[in-house]
Amino acid sequence: MDFDDTSEEAEFRAEAAVWLKENGVPKQSDQSMATRRGDPTVVPRAREWNAKKFEGGFAGISLPKTYGGRGGTPMQQIIFNQEESKYSVPPNIFSISHGMAVPTLLTYATEEQKQELVPATLKGDEIWCQLFSEPGAGSDLAGLRTRSERCGDDWVINGQKIWTSGAHYADRAILVTRSDPEAVKHKGLTYFFLDMKTPGIDVRPIRQVSGYSGFNEVFLTDVRIPDSQRLGDVGEGWQVAITTLMNERVVSGDKPAPNFDEIFNLAQQLDTEEGPAIEDKAVRDRLAKWYIQTRGIELIRMRSMTAMSRGERPGPENSIGKLVASFKRQDIAQFGMDLMDMGGIMQESEALPMSALFQNAYLESPGSRIAAGTDETMRNILAERVLKLPREPRADKDVPFNELKAGTVRSGD
Amino acid sequence: MIVEARSGGEVVNFEFSDDQRLLRDQVRRFLVDNGSVKAARAVLDDDGLAYDKALWRSIVELGWTGAIIPEEFGGAGMIREDLCVIAEELGRSLAPTPFASSVYLVTEALLIAGDEGYKSHYLPELASGESIGCFAMAEGIGIPTPTNVKTTFLDGKLNGVKKPVLDGDIADFAIVVARTADAGDESLSLALVDLTADGVRRDKVSTVDPTRSQAEITFDGAAAELLGGAGQGFSLMERIFDRAAVYLAFEQVGGAQAALDMAVDYSQNRFAFGRAIGSFQAIKHKLVNIYVDLELARANAYYGAWAMTNDAPDLPIAAAAARVSASEAFNHAARENIQTHGGMGFTWEFDCHLYYRRAKQLSLAIGGERRWTDRLITKLEQRNAA
Repeated sequence: MDFDDTSEEAEFRAEAAVWLKENGVPKQSDQSMATRRGDPTVVPRAREWNAKKFEGGFAGISLPKTYGGRGGTPMQQIIFNQEESKYSVPPNIFSISHGMAVPTLLTYATEEQKQELVPATLKGDEIWCQLFSEPGAGSDLAGLRTRSERCGDDWVINGQKIWTSGAHYADRAILVTRSDPEAVKHKGLTYFFLDMKTPGIDVRPIRQVSGYSGFNEVFLTDVRIPDSQRLGDVGEGWQVAITTLMNERVVSGDKPAPNFDEIFNLAQQLDTEEGPAIEDKAVRDRLAKWYIQTRGIELIRMRSMTAMSRGERPGPENSIGKLVASFKRQDIAQFGMDLMDMGGIMQESEALPMSALFQNAYLESPGSRIAAGTDETMRNILAERVLKLPREPRADKDVPFNELKAGTVRSGD
Repeated sequence: MIVEARSGGEVVNFEFSDDQRLLRDQVRRFLVDNGSVKAARAVLDDDGLAYDKALWRSIVELGWTGAIIPEEFGGAGMIREDLCVIAEELGRSLAPTPFASSVYLVTEALLIAGDEGYKSHYLPELASGESIGCFAMAEGIGIPTPTNVKTTFLDGKLNGVKKPVLDGDIADFAIVVARTADAGDESLSLALVDLTADGVRRDKVSTVDPTRSQAEITFDGAAAELLGGAGQGFSLMERIFDRAAVYLAFEQVGGAQAALDMAVDYSQNRFAFGRAIGSFQAIKHKLVNIYVDLELARANAYYGAWAMTNDAPDLPIAAAAARVSASEAFNHAARENIQTHGGMGFTWEFDCHLYYRRAKQLSLAIGGERRWTDRLITKLEQRNAA
């Protein structure tokens, strides 16, 4: 085991640090959430920052140079992320683009398509969204109904997607559709990519618990997509979607603040009626639990990276980070409010520590436990793929999709 | 068994080396072949048995007792990470031997606090198994602090009662935390005492985990020698505990993995309502929760091993994180393993209770969770202030 940088890595870290110092703004304490979500300047600022990173050679660090990456290692990407986290940067709105669309394109697109799309995506000129979930198909994604029908050299798409993050500003989308309703559920799917300006696409924001609209409903009406934009074979869309989703779980290990550092700082700052909150044994006990979780996730990621640098594919153990981090964020948000006691109910940036970070997270965090695989789905994945526990008996096996119940079906219907 | 130190020039590597994995396989195979879990049950079933002597002899012959003792003192001169590999397997197999006392606590105490005289006298004996050492701290309920230790070490004589002392009934000598001044942070010292000498009485103490022997030791003017500086007993104990915490975390990780493996195996092969119980989400999610705690503990323990091996300044934080995380994981796994087995899990015949007993023994040795969560946060506060 070796936790210190090798000389090559130390050299890269130094290079990244120099570049960040020249181009970034150091983080001030207490301003970790200075950027409120929903701020209309976020997208242009995020694009601008990403373009800077691209010019500096720090976008898509582990991706091949041929496609605009740096041709570096996954470890270098981590090192850059560590260094970047010391700076106040716009929210990362490129995780679907870089972490999901790009790996899927690199696996399934033609050479010409890769050349056209991947560098532009890494630069931030093309932002992607993911047209996967539907009102009747969430955790059971393969229950989706959006139809694709072959029409000459084109496909015609009709249906509705939902929970589509960033669809209101995305330039492109990856899309899973049902091309054969008579096949069994997982066999009748086909996967495409498309331009979000294609006629027939209607994006309607959904208002979330937090009041902010980060995701959308997307209606697709007679949307025409050329067959050349199909990724993978007809009927093999599920395999392509799995490639995308495995990368999603690699991407979604970390959760935004508040994390251990913020709740630790809060406990140091606040006084209770019995003195500083951090001196309260019950508080220390909670803090210790969050520390071992935070540190544990970080170290599990490092183990995954070690496996990756040995050329092994990231395994389902990556679901641990997503599962633990999502719940922890909600738990920390609640406890932070508890520490403020009666005043904790307020949600006024000026009146509260860290600009109401805990209150904002209280309202945002339930979403993390649902998006990108619910807690329950993550547990099923870990149980079946890691612990090798038997799958549940399935009612949808070997049944043509058009004979299945899916989505919300009440007994009177 | 000597394992080569890691070759230089490896990439950043958060995983045991190939040599260490090989060592792990060898240790695991040996403990399975020698029926270590059965040996634990035999010790449990026989009140007259304090540990498995045959297994202990083999462990000594394999050189594990001398793993981290320098070659000049008769040891194998391995690195501490290697001993962590061994510890994980000892925990997995519930080995009923005085390994933790003699190696994690007493060997480390001598390496930390002993001068050349102590080292050249005791380390070869510990390596060869000629002597077993134990570490005597507790005095009944609670954990020793500079304010509550009553045992005194004055004018070269020990007076007082230590209880419970892990392996106190079978050890040849003890390192005792005792009072050498009335009050203050520097009022405790470490004393090394021959347990077969005059003025020492030993009585077996019955505990929740009889697979690990514990005793009450009464000192009545027993002659002892100072180990380390006078008044340094408490700070030395903390340093010794930091290392022991990492080794014990590996035992706990091994134990938790074994308990989880048992629960997984049972739920794959036990059928109810026409299906394997492991296909029910109630069971799946329960077992995944154990798995998640275990992997968090493993990650924290690995970091502890690295910090200890490399004398990193972060060791107190890393050790406390490993300790808290691993105690929780093993207690959780052992408890829910019984639950997964249903009524069978509550029988004497099934091995579930052996893990349940050991989980609690390990999580209370060298101080329980309250002590370690508090230490973790204290050390984080100090790091932040620096």
